[in-house]
Amino acid sequence: MSRKPLVRECPPTTWYFRQPRYLRYMSREITSIFIAAYCVLLVVGLQRLSQGPAAWEGFLLALRGPDSIVFHLLALTAAFYHATTWFNATQKAMPIQIGEGFVPGNIISGAHYAAWAVLSVAILFLAGVF
Amino acid sequence: METITTDVAIIGAGGAGLRAAIALAETAPQLRIALISKVYPMRSHTCAAEGGAAGVIKPDDSFDLHFDDTVGGGDWLSDQDCVEYFIHEAPKELLQLEHWGCPWNREADGSVAVRPFGGMKKKRTWFAADKSGFHILHTLFQTSLQFPTITRFDEYYALDLLVDDGRCQGVTAMEMRSGELRQFHARAVIIAGGGAGRMFPFSTNGAIKTGDGMAMAYRAGAPLKDMEFVQYHPTGLPNTGSLLTEACRGEGGVLVNKHGRRYLQDYGMGPETPLGQPQLKTMELGPRDRVSQAYWHELQKGNTVTTQWGECVLLDMRHLGEKKINERLPLVRELADAYLGVDIVKDAVPIRPVVHYMMGGISTNTAAATPLPGLFAAGECACVSLNGANRLGSNSLVELLVFGRRAALSAIEHIADLPAPNAAALKVGADATAKRIGELFSGSDGTESMSGLRKEMQDTMEKNVGIYRTEAGLQEGVAKIHELRQRYRKVKLTDKSSVFNTDLFQVLELGSMLDCAEAVTVGALARKESRGAHQRLDYVERDDRNFLRHTMVHHQGLDMPRVDYLDVVITKSPPGVRDYSGDHK
Amino acid sequence: MTTPLKERLVQLEVLRYNPDTDTEAHFQRYEVVCQEEWVVLDALNKVKADIDPTLNYRWSCHMAVCGSCGMMINGEPKLSCHAFLRSYEGVIRVEPLAHFPIERDLVTAPDDFMEKLKRVKPYVISKQKKPIEEGEHKQTPAQLMKFRQYSMCINCMLCYAACPEYGLEPEFIGPAALTLAHRYNLDSRDGGRKERQEVAATLEGVWTCTFVGACSEVCPAHVDPASALQQMKITSSIDWIVEHLIPGGKS
Repeated sequence: MSRKPLVRECPPTTWYFRQPRYLRYMSREITSIFIAAYCVLLVVGLQRLSQGPAAWEGFLLALRGPDSIVFHLLALTAAFYHATTWFNATQKAMPIQIGEGFVPGNIISGAHYAAWAVLSVAILFLAGVF
Repeated sequence: METITTDVAIIGAGGAGLRAAIALAETAPQLRIALISKVYPMRSHTCAAEGGAAGVIKPDDSFDLHFDDTVGGGDWLSDQDCVEYFIHEAPKELLQLEHWGCPWNREADGSVAVRPFGGMKKKRTWFAADKSGFHILHTLFQTSLQFPTITRFDEYYALDLLVDDGRCQGVTAMEMRSGELRQFHARAVIIAGGGAGRMFPFSTNGAIKTGDGMAMAYRAGAPLKDMEFVQYHPTGLPNTGSLLTEACRGEGGVLVNKHGRRYLQDYGMGPETPLGQPQLKTMELGPRDRVSQAYWHELQKGNTVTTQWGECVLLDMRHLGEKKINERLPLVRELADAYLGVDIVKDAVPIRPVVHYMMGGISTNTAAATPLPGLFAAGECACVSLNGANRLGSNSLVELLVFGRRAALSAIEHIADLPAPNAAALKVGADATAKRIGELFSGSDGTESMSGLRKEMQDTMEKNVGIYRTEAGLQEGVAKIHELRQRYRKVKLTDKSSVFNTDLFQVLELGSMLDCAEAVTVGALARKESRGAHQRLDYVERDDRNFLRHTMVHHQGLDMPRVDYLDVVITKSPPGVRDYSGDHK
Repeated sequence: MTTPLKERLVQLEVLRYNPDTDTEAHFQRYEVVCQEEWVVLDALNKVKADIDPTLNYRWSCHMAVCGSCGMMINGEPKLSCHAFLRSYEGVIRVEPLAHFPIERDLVTAPDDFMEKLKRVKPYVISKQKKPIEEGEHKQTPAQLMKFRQYSMCINCMLCYAACPEYGLEPEFIGPAALTLAHRYNLDSRDGGRKERQEVAATLEGVWTCTFVGACSEVCPAHVDPASALQQMKITSSIDWIVEHLIPGGKS
């Protein structure tokens, strides 16, 4: 008698139910679906714009529909969640060393949040919201 | 049984084994090296060493001072030619590790930093926070990965040395994951199997430290030297025995009894030094034997603190402040917090002495050679007589390096003109191993439980061969261990499976420990004096007339071992008084 | 301070597998009286000594530095010497480390990790050989701190057991090995980054990592492998940009 190592496969479709942290990860990854869908929507919008004023007006009208608003809310939530995980990751990916110490992680992430806020306001300003 | 033919077999892949392997690969790249270990290299107990490694590097230090500290610290039982060789090699080895990437702590100018350590007159302990052994081990292991001539046999449990023509020419081992036996034919064998602290119930040592290498050499005819010298580390956690490094005191931590008195001043290590200003070679920076013995006296006087884990004294580091503790002693803080629930930044931590290190071991000379030709040994399993009767903290990590390398060089020299081993002759030994293991499996009349025997052994060692010893206690210890060795013949192997049978390995390890324990007790009974870590209540003085000698214990099968003596090599430092009164005088 | 130690009856459910007799693994229940302050390893040791000598697992240092005793405890990769009984209620389920083949009981085969560790060349590849006689390389405390955290890896492989990417794609070199590559890349004495990137900056290397982050959450030595891998992705990207997008650029 001798060795007979037992391999326990990682279940390829259900593994993320094993740990809450895997579910958190999957939810982060799923946000990308909404972000991709929103990108498609923008492309469709551009296409409509190229088709003339009537098509563009129709597009804008569709955007005001309840389905569209629900989609936008979902996409905004997803984008927000995704951005949060991304900015929180920056402190790991981009540590800043000063002398023997490191800049605290929340300052690095915080700087990204701040930049995000400034850019958002700038874009809203350019878009004429204010 | 499959035969693996190699040039040099190394048993043990901790600090000494890895250093030997690298030295062999670098110096003699034509040689095949078999690195055999019962654990993966990075599991070796070198990883648990915390404080650091001593080597003269700073301008205010000198070789002579390191020599004097080591010889005096060892209560003049060190061989002085060995100490001389060691102190000169030490800085080279530590620099070599630096070149291999060891993350030593640094001074602001980028040079290597050193810290104070017990019994050392100068700051000369190189350190990597309080994980020095860990970093040394991993640096060596990772460095070893680049040498193609090093073939590792991880998780092979070495069983018996193969001796033919008066020379050691190989070793038998079991591949743990298959249970299959192998014989290694080699022209030289280096044992680097570590210490045997596990024969005591309360030890800083990991589970793997069961003296297998010592026992293997001992059974093959190499004597064990000075085994009665067992070092108690003064500061262990009272429940798990985990080590709180001497660097706690090196950085300024103090020991106090239940009245808050820094009691070391009452035991020849005073007068008291100002709090937070540790002074070298006095008070808390006295040698380990003296500091541990002072605990025993405090215990007798009723000055210890009663805790749920037994009688303790307190190690107080609060005055060091959180910043220094985090920078220099992060592991200590974590250990005390996790296992004892004490934050050393806020509270003094209860501690008590704990078995830590074997000064004795396989008798070797300064060339790391044992009296058995072809067999070399290095590290804690060896007694090269660097440490004498009491090892100074931070000398052993360097010992691994210096004598690991030296063993490799000696092995290369030894095999220069040797013929290949005679396979037929070695088969006799290999068959004997196979028979011994086979009998454990086939024997149905095993009546003694392994864990029962182990507990009796550990209790005997603690009761009779502790910090202070007596004639009556030692006689009882010798008789008991001898009885246990006889009963061990009837040990029961419960698990008869082939794959990774840890019941089998624990049975074998117990056999190793019993052999070592007998050498410890017999040596201690015969040494009728007090020296270093061997303290007798009935012979309180050091007796240089009769005992300035090494105890040599020779294996005699199941009979009592034979004891004889070997003179200590004295070159320039005649036995004197150990003075730990600092600069006060 | 002198109250006696509290005892507690602990129920362990341990995954057993003996290749000599079993085709499948199964759970076995043990009940053992433990002290409240013990760790799971202490409970296993008591089972082995008093109840069942045939139970197999690795352990040594009992201070979370040797890395031997990694196991899944209630589904979470843990060093059993650092998994305190006080943190668990009810039955404690103990299994071998996930994502490694089981040799027997709680003993897994780490061969794959050992092979990958070797592949990333975790040793100093000198820019210029310096003789020992010339002393140490100067390295300031700041230069040391740059990589020190990543040198703390004890090779316990908990990160591999936590990493779903490794479970799904066994070719992935994985968190600990890549982190050690990063550790040497960041060392001021080293000049081997390019050699290591050939292994590390590949699809089997850092680009398999999707930043689940589980490795860092389970690391008992606070190494934070996830951060090392993200940093390596950035350097790998910069290398690519320099090589492909900057005229005359060669990384």
